[in-house]
Amino acid sequence: MSRTLFDKIWDSHVVVNAGGGGTALIAIDRVFLHERTGAAALSRMAEMGRVVLDPARVFAVMDHIVDTRIGRKDGTLMQGGEGFITETRTACKTAGITLFDVNDRDQGIVHVISPEQGIVLPGSTLVAPDSHTCTQGAFGALAWGIGSSEAEHAMVTGTLRIARPKVMRVQFDGALSPHVTAKDMALTLIARHGAGGGAGHVVEFAGEAVRALDMEGRMTLCNMATEFSAMTGLIAPDAKAFDYLAGRPYAPAHFDDLYWDGLISDDDAQFDREITIDASTIAPMVSWGTSPAHTIPIDAAVPSGPQRAHDYIGLSPGTPIAGTPLNAAFIGSCTNARLSDLRRAAGILKGRRIAPSIETALAVPGSMAVKREAEAEGLDAIFEASGFEWRMSGCSLCFYAGGEGFPEGARVISSTNRNFEGRQGPGIRTHIASPETVAASAISGMIADPREFA
Amino acid sequence: MIAFPQPLTSVAAPLNPGALMDNVDTDAIIPSREMRSTGRTGLAEGLFAPWRYTNVDARTLDPDFALNQPKFARAQILVAGANFGCGSSREHAVWALAEFGVRAVLAESFAPIFHDNCIRNFLLPITLPRPVLERLAGERLMIDLAEQTVSAGGESHAFAIDREAKQMLAQGLDAIDFTLDQSDAIKDWIKSDRTERPWIYLEAQA
Ligand code: SF4
Repeated sequence: MSRTLFDKIWDSHVVVNAGGGGTALIAIDRVFLHERTGAAALSRMAEMGRVVLDPARVFAVMDHIVDTRIGRKDGTLMQGGEGFITETRTACKTAGITLFDVNDRDQGIVHVISPEQGIVLPGSTLVAPDSHTCTQGAFGALAWGIGSSEAEHAMVTGTLRIARPKVMRVQFDGALSPHVTAKDMALTLIARHGAGGGAGHVVEFAGEAVRALDMEGRMTLCNMATEFSAMTGLIAPDAKAFDYLAGRPYAPAHFDDLYWDGLISDDDAQFDREITIDASTIAPMVSWGTSPAHTIPIDAAVPSGPQRAHDYIGLSPGTPIAGTPLNAAFIGSCTNARLSDLRRAAGILKGRRIAPSIETALAVPGSMAVKREAEAEGLDAIFEASGFEWRMSGCSLCFYAGGEGFPEGARVISSTNRNFEGRQGPGIRTHIASPETVAASAISGMIADPREFA
Repeated sequence: MIAFPQPLTSVAAPLNPGALMDNVDTDAIIPSREMRSTGRTGLAEGLFAPWRYTNVDARTLDPDFALNQPKFARAQILVAGANFGCGSSREHAVWALAEFGVRAVLAESFAPIFHDNCIRNFLLPITLPRPVLERLAGERLMIDLAEQTVSAGGESHAFAIDREAKQMLAQGLDAIDFTLDQSDAIKDWIKSDRTERPWIYLEAQA
């Protein structure tokens, strides 16, 4: 019978089918923890006297609450945050887990460093107690976010008990227009089909516009599958994926084996649902409200949405979104802080200054490797000359942990993935967009169309 | 472990009077800054902090927020709209709800990670159609897990739940202990997988 890529990965990982109930015991190839939610899994494991089944396949990183200011140490600006760091470090040592520590040269945001290190592999299952684990589906892995209890389960048993999800194909036909990016594809999907549109499904992204994306763009697209309420997203691996991973520290040296070629959905595979989007109809997108579904093309006006969202964001229906005044700009996160993102933003910032109204402008590389590569190309100098602060890697102000924050009541243009109430701080109003839209808007001091700066 | 009460009877608190609230995210259920230790306790006070308090630091209660009203202060059931529990995977959201005393959430749909976190903590996520939820909000309900029904006054509504999840909830089973009983099957599987996908199995670090 013909099968989807998801079916093939699932079937090859079934240890026990629970029979009739729909739940199966699925083998987990890789577990990745971070200090914010992983610490809870590690401390519970120790408390219960349990041990990791195969520590060589479990990894951890300090990324969420680490200080991102140059010259950082263990101290974090989050009150009480240091405990998460020191406890995670000790627990990783006890459990025998590989840790990318605060000042490790390979440190970075979990979903950025996992591919950089070749930890995620096509056809594998990878879980992390972090919702954006779906990012790693870009490599044709079944990678998804779980809770801390499930992380403990995966570490201790090498498996998870899960109900088989449905499978949806989201096909992007045709080609993207210039200055339209993977971020705009993800936002368009969610804007058109809802923040709950992917519920109950694994989403396979396919089509010409997806094939045309480089691996970094594919990661951006898959990153937002969780914002679509999907269990995860994935893309069939091709030469781009294999070339990216070959020879990385934890990956095979080559992908010549026939096994790898089989990691595609069969031609006549049946999906439970299909969505098709014409890529040429996608414009640069920006959010107007408090859900990623509250997103519109940059040349559109704010539609009428839930009153609560209008009240929080302070924009009424009918207001053109372009021209909305801003106080802050943020380029970072597992969505959009890889080298190509920084290059595209720097392309717009080069030779320009951010507007005086922008009180805070941060550029936070997704990993220390990205930071080094960017510096080798002189991107740090461009960011700094334009008025952006150049940071060490971490999640930074993608979310608010207390401690560091944007100016009170700030309106922020952000390359991140969530514009929830309070996500970037109490009362902070977030507009999510691509890195080039963030750069263009920072220069303008108001939400601006990147196509006008190209 | 704390098995799900059979039956559970409680008033069902709507998070928002009037309209069911959609896309209630885990940052709202428990903001990151309220997660102060690596443990799973001490979270109830931070539950819905941005909505529950007019001044979060001083913990000044907002009298308009449902859970601050006498009628709903001890509610063990919450009612909301679509995509409940979206956002961050933090299980702290479920721990905070459970510590507060919530045993069941009724919604039109749930975010997948939150849904599974509920099951692992013996909190029952029930999916029902919106018109039904609108009628049940604010009412005194009886939830019968064995029969898979929610009833109020004269009406009774069936809900679906995965068979294994139901068993875990009803008996208060710990999933890890449950799976450890299958260790032999896991070992056999890994043994044969090692020859098929040797690249998955890494050398232990020194
Ligand atoms: S960068 Fe933001 S979305 Fe990504 S893992 Fe960190 S906190 Fe989560």
